[in-house]
Amino acid sequence: MKKRSSLNGHTILLFITIGLFIVLYAGGCIAYGSKGFTHLQTFLNILITNAGLICVACGLTVVMLTAGIDISVGALIAMDCMMLAVGMRSGIGAVPMMLLVLLVGIAFGAFQGFMIGYLGIQPFIVTMAGMFFCRGMTAVICTDQVSITKEINETFYNLANMKINIPFGGYTNKKGMYMVPYIRVTVVVALLVLVIVYLMLRYTKFGRSLYAVGGNAQSAAMMGLNVKSIRMRAHMLCSVLASIGGICYCLNTMAGSVSQALGLEMDAISSAVIGGTLLTGGVGNVFGSFFGVLINGTISSIVKTNGKLASSWPNILTAILLFVFIVIQSIFAAVRNRRK
Amino acid sequence: MTKKSFWGRLTESGLLLPIVSLLLVMAVNIVFDIVSGNNPFNFFMITLQHTTSNGNVLYGRIIDVLNRGSEAAILAIGMTLVVSSSAGTDISVGSVMSLCASFCCMLLAGYGVSSTSTLAVPLIVGVLGGILMGALCGTFNGTLVAYFGIQPMVATLILYSAARAIGLLLCNDLIVYVRNGSFAFFGSFLGPIPTPIIITVICIVIMTLLLRKSALGMYIQSVGINPRASRISGLNSKRIIFITYIICGLFAGIAGIVASSRITSADSNNIGLYLEMDAILAVALGGNSLGGGRFNLAGSIIGAYTIQAITTTLYALGVSTTQAPVFKAVIVILIVAMQSEPVKAYMKKRRLAKAAREGGAV
Repeated sequence: MKKRSSLNGHTILLFITIGLFIVLYAGGCIAYGSKGFTHLQTFLNILITNAGLICVACGLTVVMLTAGIDISVGALIAMDCMMLAVGMRSGIGAVPMMLLVLLVGIAFGAFQGFMIGYLGIQPFIVTMAGMFFCRGMTAVICTDQVSITKEINETFYNLANMKINIPFGGYTNKKGMYMVPYIRVTVVVALLVLVIVYLMLRYTKFGRSLYAVGGNAQSAAMMGLNVKSIRMRAHMLCSVLASIGGICYCLNTMAGSVSQALGLEMDAISSAVIGGTLLTGGVGNVFGSFFGVLINGTISSIVKTNGKLASSWPNILTAILLFVFIVIQSIFAAVRNRRK
Repeated sequence: MTKKSFWGRLTESGLLLPIVSLLLVMAVNIVFDIVSGNNPFNFFMITLQHTTSNGNVLYGRIIDVLNRGSEAAILAIGMTLVVSSSAGTDISVGSVMSLCASFCCMLLAGYGVSSTSTLAVPLIVGVLGGILMGALCGTFNGTLVAYFGIQPMVATLILYSAARAIGLLLCNDLIVYVRNGSFAFFGSFLGPIPTPIIITVICIVIMTLLLRKSALGMYIQSVGINPRASRISGLNSKRIIFITYIICGLFAGIAGIVASSRITSADSNNIGLYLEMDAILAVALGGNSLGGGRFNLAGSIIGAYTIQAITTTLYALGVSTTQAPVFKAVIVILIVAMQSEPVKAYMKKRRLAKAAREGGAV
């Protein structure tokens, strides 16, 4: 009975997040309908620009469920992009490079996970060192901005520019041409990641044990779960998902540079928090994080469509939203505690 | 005997690790100077150098470390208290620094002015305004953490992403230059000594006096160790956590003024970038647990200077600014791994085994 009521509390939070997204988007449609905000493509563009962030947010949700944190993901993405760009420039194929990036992600995650799980060092410190390392390594690989052009690698270029058309929701533009809405490969990847992580969290033994470890590590250990190994695997999964996100990000930007994806980890964390994941662990859902990313994307999209607002507004608006959400969360928590 | 008791005191106070790290960095410097054929004690050399703007000033690598490390050291003071009382980190200090710098320069130059050599308001108004802005940010963070019970990292994440942006708005998306000698003072020299060093010393002295002469230090530690027990024994836990965040914000404000005075401008995008990381690292290096409770201010400050010494050493070794973080990361990982419980336990086991073997042989 008790479990049911607490579940409902979190479902309400998720509904608030989804509701807010709908309200924001509808607001955008009403205010900027004339500027094309109502077209399906606007929504798809939010997905396209944030495909990488969706993967990263899924990974962070997994880590946050175990009461951990990973602030190295943004730097890891920068390193991935640089590896891809420099590797392909020196003539290595797109597929081997992508596999290499994933392998590096696994190794990097395993190392961080080992430090956190087995040596018991605070995740914040370990991943902060990881962030410094990746950001520095990016510069060690190459200090210039390297773009990936068609001449450098055609497979990668084609992959990035591949349009997957959607059979409905098109519109006729001012020149009278019919515009077919499309998505990129990255969106498919991101949505697949989202669904797989959701199913994993919901139906696999590993997924359930993540919640158990985050809820109360001591009782999880007493139940016979290997807390250390689960923590380590959670961090590995996060780094791998971040690497997948890095490939998506690279397909989007087609370049590697030292200052890429600066602060992306904080975007991912705020998305997860807006989506109802608690940093204390044990509570959260990847779909919430997905809508968190969409809310962030909608805000930037609205500010961009407006065109007159200063570039700092998306940050401020996201922060205000974050503020509102955590206050709502804390009120929920207080109510629940009182009921107990 | 006296040596041993000194050693014992050192290990007990938790200053061993930070001091050893600092000595290690210095040793690397000495080795490097020997290898490259310079004076082995180049690192410690302090000379008087004549500058056109400030007359004779102290010059040397160690002065540089003390000077450049000022902001991190000032932030580390506040961060230590926050970590101790709330078992969480304030990740907004870097952004708050930037906001305070922007606010201060905005006041001094007037809104919308991008470059000025005459001050719009008296210097003291601008500087106090900047510092008070820091306290205001601290109040915001403190309210969320102490009274709403939100995890410190999430609560401070709000200002982490917003403060820099608000600073940009205040400056009308411009980099505001205040080309006035009186404003540049905080980042230049007082006599031969760099002013940031003096400001840091003042901050440390005031804080030490406050913690030693009043019960605040003890209260903070007791709240950090067990907030509920402290409340039951009559402490207002929430208010103490709240106060630590305000102090942290105040110091972020001071650090922001110093940072912006160094470059006589408010570069919102770059002031205090990643400094929150350095401050948190300083606290961890200083032997403080990030899980709250007992704290050691001296350790944090030595930690801050150790980080700066590492950075300066790396630059001296010819590592570029963007590549330096790799080495920093490796050093951090080594230090925290040495500090971790399993490694400590393993070392202790080995030491005991060795002692037992030797005992058996005799």
